[in-house]
Amino acid sequence: MSETSLAISKFSDLANPTRFLALAARVIPWLAGITALCFLVGLYLSFTTEGDYQQGETVRIMYVHVPSAWLAMMCYTIMSVSAIGTLVWRHPLADVSAKAAAPLGAAFTLLALVTGSLWGKPMWGTWWVWDARLTSVFILFLMYLGLIALSRAIDDPSKAARITAVLILVGFVNIPIIKFSVEWWNTLHQSASVLRLDGPAIDPEFLRPLFIMAIAFTLLFFTLHIMAMRNEIWRRRIAAQRRLAARMASREE
Amino acid sequence: MTHAFYVYTSYGFAALVTIAVTLWTWADGRARSRELAALEAAGIRRRSAHPRDNSSDNAKDGE
Repeated sequence: MSETSLAISKFSDLANPTRFLALAARVIPWLAGITALCFLVGLYLSFTTEGDYQQGETVRIMYVHVPSAWLAMMCYTIMSVSAIGTLVWRHPLADVSAKAAAPLGAAFTLLALVTGSLWGKPMWGTWWVWDARLTSVFILFLMYLGLIALSRAIDDPSKAARITAVLILVGFVNIPIIKFSVEWWNTLHQSASVLRLDGPAIDPEFLRPLFIMAIAFTLLFFTLHIMAMRNEIWRRRIAAQRRLAARMASREE
Repeated sequence: MTHAFYVYTSYGFAALVTIAVTLWTWADGRARSRELAALEAAGIRRRSAHPRDNSSDNAKDGE
């Protein structure tokens, strides 16, 4: 077997839900442990590093606001890749992945919006403005809620998967809009200060806790995502077994 | 600490959301695995499942 076909067969091994469950059972405790450890270090650094000379202590809000905003966009990107997996390859886990990710994405988007508001009040003098960045993130939040409602409103899982996947891909247009909104339009929100071509514009004193907290939040997301995917696979198996039992029972009558 | 209200409310809300989502995911997993175990106990299993001990299962089910 050539190396490529070996790699492909390993990838398709993962498409087998039973293999995925076995892998999840092995990986979840490790991921959860490393997540907790990263949060311990991250929170310690968040409250022991210095405040900003202008923003004072409110700079600490950044260590929860920025990672949750990153996750809000990353989660939607993962859902879009899953949607392609559903529509193009009919990958059996792609739809499970998109469905499991949506509530997590909604939670982290809400967190980004609320912490942003709590940071905006003391620094901008307002809880909320309808400017490009804030509005586009609010639309992202509404889209998550819509996708959750849509995928749960249709009983047939494969039909729900296809319709939701199309809507996810349509909604992906919002992600670059969120990312570049601060450059394309005038907004109260600052422009990118970490991922820039000329390097981060933030002092290392703030970058260290931000980096650790970003890793902690990302690991938390993947832990929860794998757990939620496992739950969804179980939920579908239960439904299938119930149907089978009902068929068997009606045959016996 | 200056602006303590804003900083602590942010962290408090972050803790609330992350803990709520974690507990919800964990509780959902527990409920589903119990449901699967109950179905298994009732003798309803997946057609593709490999019974660990076929002979004893069949004997128990009276097949």
